[in-house]
Amino acid sequence: MAVLLLGEVTNGALSVDATAKAVNALKALGDVTVLCAGSAAKAAGEAAAKIDGVAKVLVAENDLYGHRLAEPTAALLVSLAGDYDHIAAPATTDAKNIMPRVAALLDVMVISDVSKVVDADTFERPVYAGNAIQTVKSSDPKKVMTIRTASFDAAGQGGSASVADQAAAEDPGLSKWVADEVAKSDRPELTSAGRVVSGGRGVGSEENFAIIEKLADKLGAAVGASRAAVDSGFAPNDWQVGQTGKIVAPELYVAIGISGAIQHLAGMKDSKVIVAINKDEEAPIFQIADYGLVGDLFQIVPELTEKL
Amino acid sequence: MKVLVPVKRVIDYNVKAKVKADGSGVDLANVKMSMNPFDEIAVEEAIRLKEKGVAEEVVVVSIGVKQAAETLRTALAMGADRAILVVAADDVHTDIEPLAVAKILKAVIDEEQPKLVIAGKQAIDNDMNATGQMLAALLGWGQATFASKVEIEGEAAKVTREVDGGLQTIEVKLPAIVTADLRLNEPRYASLPNIMKAKKKPLDEKTAADYGVDVTPRLSVVKTAEPEGRKAGIKVGSVDELVSKLKEAGVV
Repeated sequence: MAVLLLGEVTNGALSVDATAKAVNALKALGDVTVLCAGSAAKAAGEAAAKIDGVAKVLVAENDLYGHRLAEPTAALLVSLAGDYDHIAAPATTDAKNIMPRVAALLDVMVISDVSKVVDADTFERPVYAGNAIQTVKSSDPKKVMTIRTASFDAAGQGGSASVADQAAAEDPGLSKWVADEVAKSDRPELTSAGRVVSGGRGVGSEENFAIIEKLADKLGAAVGASRAAVDSGFAPNDWQVGQTGKIVAPELYVAIGISGAIQHLAGMKDSKVIVAINKDEEAPIFQIADYGLVGDLFQIVPELTEKL
Repeated sequence: MKVLVPVKRVIDYNVKAKVKADGSGVDLANVKMSMNPFDEIAVEEAIRLKEKGVAEEVVVVSIGVKQAAETLRTALAMGADRAILVVAADDVHTDIEPLAVAKILKAVIDEEQPKLVIAGKQAIDNDMNATGQMLAALLGWGQATFASKVEIEGEAAKVTREVDGGLQTIEVKLPAIVTADLRLNEPRYASLPNIMKAKKKPLDEKTAADYGVDVTPRLSVVKTAEPEGRKAGIKVGSVDELVSKLKEAGVV
């Protein structure tokens, strides 16, 4: 049995955390080959080779893959699919864009957001915004899947896999990149941050989010938001934590003015320590928080920022 | 330009899904069902394209149980012109997989020849986030997923996408598939006169067999369980107490 894992490569760099977690999830299924594709991907390939449990690395360096467009990357994965039983990627927005396309091209059903690998055919995944965990058994000859990285520990370092060049596949020529608008931030990346401070509807406005950001900066944390806060225009969508946003599992998660809708809890309940600050003592968030503080966030958060 | 929007009937967004005691699935008997929220956004976007004069006709399609006709009527009341219902299941608990849905949609699209398909990015029941991408693959079309802005420019769609770390803008050749993310628009409510009018709009009824598509699932559900619970901790009385607890726990 062999596994092909699409490494998460952005601007030439490998997201080691996401990739190493996916390696750990998959290595029981067979030898893991990591594919690093990008307009620059050699350095990413070298980083992937060092992840413990990686058997081989393929580097596809071509401008076609520079902007992570779905159609060319899916074509590349399909061109390689013959040698593998499992084709997987960490469940990033790029992979969620690419992997269902790969699955349909191979006439198999994609298995999204795998939170546990039971055996080579059987997987657990959350459904209904995290209200239920479904165990599914695939009858397809190949399994195409995305891995919910927050559910797995990262594989260690110390590997020394062989690295080989991979030729590009054909260009379907259906789409082209126009621009990236990357939020410039010195803060850690949300899905791999050790600490996350999130604000919800209770924060009240985009301007008020500054107090969330100040606390995050004091803690060296990433900033998150509930769907309600994003919906209300207080925070950008890429801050959204929840079943339809990002799934996080930091050491410390601070939920401020977040009531705790199940769809939010699904995105953060694997966090090690959860702190909830909310004026409503009946808010469901307190049912899962390790430490709850009932009160006015506009008094509590600045005080907390000062005292940490 | 014709725009086609697939819509799914799912458990209402405000209803908490309950796992059946025998582990066979989520209980949907006598539960309020509504249009998948991301599909509402897709319908809204298509109607706005029509209002701007970019689209001439908006066709909505639903695949599932017979009762999905109600969901299609909602889309018609919002402003879609015509609906196609493809009955593919008898029991509300039968979820048609995205691959089968994409195959049926491909067959519908082969007949309807729309220039643009706008779908919701994800259904809030199976949370697969797959149908749009799979449909694009089967049609050999380009895809612009997780859209927060859509502009039609000649023979291409310029789409801003919600991606990890920010936004990406791409241009995709038409015909193409766009999938709607949360911030694309705010869907309208159907007014009472429009709900009445929608009853007279055409709704064709077909079956999966009419399109020759086998909807047998590739993934069999072995078990559906409640997620592992997390116990409530303690309430602290002050910021000072919170800080000292966090220090004890070694997280600050």
